Amino acid sequence: MRIARLLLGDEAIALGALHAGLKGVYAYPGTPSTEITEFIQNACAKEGHDIHCTWSSNEKTAMEAALGMSYAGCRSMVCMKHVGMNVAADAFVNSAMTGVNGGLVVVAADDPSMHSSQNEQDSRFYGKFAMIPMLEPSTQQEAYDMMEYAFWMSEKERLPVLMRITTRLAHSRAAVRVETEPEPHDRLAPARDPRSWVLLPANARRKNDALTTAQSHLQELAASSPFNLASAAASEKAPKGIIASGTGYNYVMENISRETDIPVLKISQYPIPEEAVRTLAAACRSILVVEDGQPFIEEQVRGIVGPDYEVDGRLTGSLPRTGELNPDHVARALGREPLQFYAKPQGIVPRPPALCQGCGHRDVYIALNKVLASYPDARVFADIGCYTLGALPPFCAIDTCVDMGASVTMAKGAADAGLFPAVAVIGDSTFTHSGMTGLLDAVNDRSNITVVISDNLTTAMTGGQDSAGTNKFEAICIALGVEPGHVRTVVPLQKNMDGITAAIREEIEYDGVSVIIPRRECMQTLARKNRENKKDRQ
Amino acid sequence: MKYDIILSGVGGQGILSIATIIADAAVAAGLQLKQAEVHGMSQRGGEVESGLRLSDSVIFSDLLSSGSADMILSMEPMEALRYLPFLAKDGYIVTSTAPFRNIPDYPEEAVRSAYEVLPNTVGIDIEALARDNSMPRSANMILLGAAARHIGILTPEQLKESIRRVFGRKGAQVVETNLRAFDIGMDAR
Repeated sequence: MRIARLLLGDEAIALGALHAGLKGVYAYPGTPSTEITEFIQNACAKEGHDIHCTWSSNEKTAMEAALGMSYAGCRSMVCMKHVGMNVAADAFVNSAMTGVNGGLVVVAADDPSMHSSQNEQDSRFYGKFAMIPMLEPSTQQEAYDMMEYAFWMSEKERLPVLMRITTRLAHSRAAVRVETEPEPHDRLAPARDPRSWVLLPANARRKNDALTTAQSHLQELAASSPFNLASAAASEKAPKGIIASGTGYNYVMENISRETDIPVLKISQYPIPEEAVRTLAAACRSILVVEDGQPFIEEQVRGIVGPDYEVDGRLTGSLPRTGELNPDHVARALGREPLQFYAKPQGIVPRPPALCQGCGHRDVYIALNKVLASYPDARVFADIGCYTLGALPPFCAIDTCVDMGASVTMAKGAADAGLFPAVAVIGDSTFTHSGMTGLLDAVNDRSNITVVISDNLTTAMTGGQDSAGTNKFEAICIALGVEPGHVRTVVPLQKNMDGITAAIREEIEYDGVSVIIPRRECMQTLARKNRENKKDRQ
Repeated sequence: MKYDIILSGVGGQGILSIATIIADAAVAAGLQLKQAEVHGMSQRGGEVESGLRLSDSVIFSDLLSSGSADMILSMEPMEALRYLPFLAKDGYIVTSTAPFRNIPDYPEEAVRSAYEVLPNTVGIDIEALARDNSMPRSANMILLGAAARHIGILTPEQLKESIRRVFGRKGAQVVETNLRAFDIGMDAR
């Protein structure tokens, strides 16, 4: 029996996985993927399922743990934002070489328009790169329905399956028809096949041949997928046909749902079914490709139909080259001017996000700016998290922010080149995600850097998830070889400002690796805990 | 029949709670629904927007087309204006009149003169009403009450039922306060 539930795209994926007999989800928080794991955590807390759902230190450890669970015969899922795929890539690509035992689904949530990301890379390229089957839902309902299918396909093909979504689907709600309880699912026996799982060159070559040979079969699967839809061919050649995927398909249908004379091929399963593309091309005089993200389908379609066939899309300027699509973009690509009755008035200004009032990162930047005012050559290498907002006024306190962990290692490289002072600012969760190995490099080279681990006891940016290193930072830094006398903890409050600035100044003047840990709980998690305590007392 | 709403405001003002109430009422009424939210960076005192689409037939796009919003429902006057290109010709703006000044040089004059020429505007000082009625956390339900008479696809009673359901787990007193806030908004002019 199915009932209607109001679910985010992320939540639909989570519930679909639970209903498909999931044994474990492994993830590091990252917008817009975070709510998948949180939904499973909440379901487990409420209903007491025996499912692994605590956070991993980073996307690579998550991917490897999920592969281990698959090896042991159970269904597992890995969730991450698109840039997390870069961190997980080594494990991800090689999981296509080993193959899987229990079903393994990797969910990558892309962020076109970079609502909260540093680039808009398209994870579908990773799926093609790893040569595995890939799914791209258009709706919350499809996201739910695809999960059982994805696990089934993963086990049948003995390959991981990549599910690619975008921010718009992840964070949009709709009523979804869902089962009321999980499908019973038997775990498989643990794998016992070193010839598949030990990727020595001799084994890897054989696996690589098998994976490459399987590509035509995977394309046949996509051609017969219940999620790839082609509208019936018209009796005469249409001037324009459309290939659309993911949320792009929704914008197409928003514009043409009442017109039956425009043939549409919806691609929701990859590799791209080439024969379906050729069939559409034969029924039309040109093709418009509508996809959120980079021109992944568009480039391949050009190769399939050849240089003489007209293919329109992001590469030709019919649609914007970058950024998230919307219904108006698609209307224009179809030659229709969108309606507009009122223009945005002159003088309306943006309202950028800011660090919360009372946030400890504020005190860290106030102190840092005070000290560095007397070092005109100082550079501050920052990292990914709330504290990246220190780039904006009134602080303007950081010089770089590139990727998770880059603060420590970029400061090290700059110090190796003689830059002084080289200061790194990194959050607690980002440090355990990818900062520790860089700190070891700095220790081994005695690089002259000062690392500020701004510890708010949580993964704040994504909404306050547990942070892997809480209560362990001094021990980690000392164990990595930082001199114990140069691992210093302060409490970032205005009243402590003199002590904090003195500590920063002393550690900048120390020739070697020093770590300062300003530690005070995130205002948001503190407020939430206070509310919960109040509720418990009532 | 369809009804498209843009909800806008500043992070932390409670626009997602308004969205939750309307969405819950829509599902209970058997309507189709798409509600696109913004999470992540935008929550830190930045601009927040949510598109809410209700219909008795299938809805394809999670995002509104320009010129199609039947209502802009805003917790802040400048934030409503940001989304004017989405407003349908005879669409309504229902907004709080209290500026949220967390930016330097808030454009008071630009906001004031923009409202002078807009038709179908309902401006209510929900902050003052919330203060005067000792319900500081329910300003958003006052706004929803003010909008209720215009949201033709749902009745005020359906919205109140949803307030009872959604706030129910927070206790009878919270439900009562929010229902009262909704009624104050309904009566506000």
